[in-house]
Amino acid sequence: MSKSITAEDLNVYYGDFRAVADVNIEIAPRSVTAFIGPSGCGKTTFLRSLNRMHEEVPGARVKGDLYLDDDNIYAPGVDPVTVRSMVGMVFQRPNPFPTMSVRENVLAGHKLNGTRMSKSEADDIVEKALRGANLFNEVKDRMDRPGSGLSGGQQQRLCIARTVAVEPDVILMDEPCSALDPISTLAIEDLIADLKEDYTVVIVTHNMQQAARVSEKTAFFNIAGVGEPGKMVEYDQTSVIFNNPSNEQTERYVAGKFG
Amino acid sequence: MNSTRTAPERPRGLTVKNGAAGDKVFSGLTLAAGVTILVVLAFVAIFLTIESLPALSPSLFSDQDSIDSADSFWDYVWPLMAGTVMASAIAILLATPVAIGIGLYISHYAPRRIATPVGYVIDLLAAIPSVVYGAWGMTFLAPLLVPIYQWLNTYLGWIPLFAEAEGASVTSTGRTLLTASIVLAVMVLPIATSLCREIFLQTPKLHQEAAQALGATRWEMIKMTVFPFARAGIVSAVMLALGRALGETMAVTMVLSPGVFSLSLITSGRNGTIPAEIALNFPEAFGMRQAELIAAGLMLFIITLLVNMTARWIVSRHKEFSGAN
Ligand SMILES: Nc1ncnc2c1ncn2[C@@H]1O[C@H](COP(=O)(O)OP(=O)(O)O)[C@@H](O)[C@H]1O
Ligand SMILES: [Mg+2]
Repeated sequence: MSKSITAEDLNVYYGDFRAVADVNIEIAPRSVTAFIGPSGCGKTTFLRSLNRMHEEVPGARVKGDLYLDDDNIYAPGVDPVTVRSMVGMVFQRPNPFPTMSVRENVLAGHKLNGTRMSKSEADDIVEKALRGANLFNEVKDRMDRPGSGLSGGQQQRLCIARTVAVEPDVILMDEPCSALDPISTLAIEDLIADLKEDYTVVIVTHNMQQAARVSEKTAFFNIAGVGEPGKMVEYDQTSVIFNNPSNEQTERYVAGKFG
Repeated sequence: MNSTRTAPERPRGLTVKNGAAGDKVFSGLTLAAGVTILVVLAFVAIFLTIESLPALSPSLFSDQDSIDSADSFWDYVWPLMAGTVMASAIAILLATPVAIGIGLYISHYAPRRIATPVGYVIDLLAAIPSVVYGAWGMTFLAPLLVPIYQWLNTYLGWIPLFAEAEGASVTSTGRTLLTASIVLAVMVLPIATSLCREIFLQTPKLHQEAAQALGATRWEMIKMTVFPFARAGIVSAVMLALGRALGETMAVTMVLSPGVFSLSLITSGRNGTIPAEIALNFPEAFGMRQAELIAAGLMLFIITLLVNMTARWIVSRHKEFSGAN
């Protein structure tokens, strides 16, 4: 559980368009890393290349290497399906499966893996995952109701529970709070602090206070202009990025001068 | 100049909203359309019923004691109803898996440069008139199927469907109920496929990605998100196709050589369907015979109505988990 992530000269292309260029980054296990930067600078694209989700876009491809601990997920013969079962993802908009109950949603990953288990084992997994997502008390009386009947914030935590239920090594989150109200956002931020005890967490956020609150290290991405590839400009301790950045672009961005 | 510029007019009260008139007109139009459909349907039903009365109850509504073609109307109509339902059910059984398969291939497997032309070709198939399907079934498909029917009879003859009908042997022309069903299946395939494809394409990307991010293969993702999402739509597609198969006249009339009811699907001179029966006999029918045929039409109307109500019921049963909320 919990692996380090190392990108070496990672480039992501949509067809001929290079969206992300030459990223080199090392992310420690059991940590929270935030990706910040203006819209369109490739944060989502890079994040999705960490579990090969970008491959679902026709024509999207990667050049470069990406290691989970010592395993290159872009080595020939690696199955993206396996990568994704090790690297979970939480999306911008809560997306519990609408045709499944709360309980079924949490167990969805286990169902995929074909894990045979008794009802009580399943109950344990559900309870553990829901507690891990700070959701258990709120939904314990509605386990068999549709997951899509919960509030937005609860749905997002259900998605996190669904992700942690299969005990991945890494959890990726793409602006997980941007569709939520401030209270739900705080609940998720608390949760992220807990998650890093067990997982490597990478979170894309538009909210700089949020990055400052939840992350230990922050990477700032930027683009030179339209049609130019996004690049990682600076990567450092979060406190350094926000208080004493070494790059002028970073400084302007965190000071709110653009983006 | 500035002084002459007028401020944009503001709505004066809270009750009158811009566009409220448009809303009223539109809702009026939709209401009118809905009512018109119901009225037309009611008239059809009333017409069918009134014209059927002599056949349904000869002693009350005609000067005959019984109908022309049989002792009672039920004796006359049940084999036709059974034939109609059987032919359509087999057609749907054959067409549905194929439609789902092709729809899924186009929506989720084929690269776009293949998916688009295949989609067009399927839509084109829907535009072919049914006489053409009938002629194709009669002259091309039927003879081709004869050896297959003989094989079915030899090896699966213990199943009543593939046994010989009483007093007849396996078809030598291929013009049997099963051939008619296959032609019907081909005819309803385009509409069923188009609908399935549309429904599959509407599965939210959001949920498909959720499944994939959990480590689902493409097929697992489809089972987990596309099929549950599409269930109601598939039922509707199948029912639409079934409606078309139930009412299909030309193709069956041309392909099938009709006769008395039999479970055997591979014997000529057996079975018939209501639409084909009407088409074959209506031009020369008058009086009681005409009432019989119209009453048979009424039965078809009722079958179709029941099919649609069942479909609605199936669709509504899972509403809460449908993703519509
Ligand atoms: N599916 C796609 N197909 C083609 N180009 C895309 C796609 N998704 C994103 N892009 C392009 O890649 C660049 C980076 O986008 P994205 O990763 O979404 O940025 P961010 O998440 O930082 O806002 C943008 O120029 C965007 O237009
Ligand atoms: Mg983004």
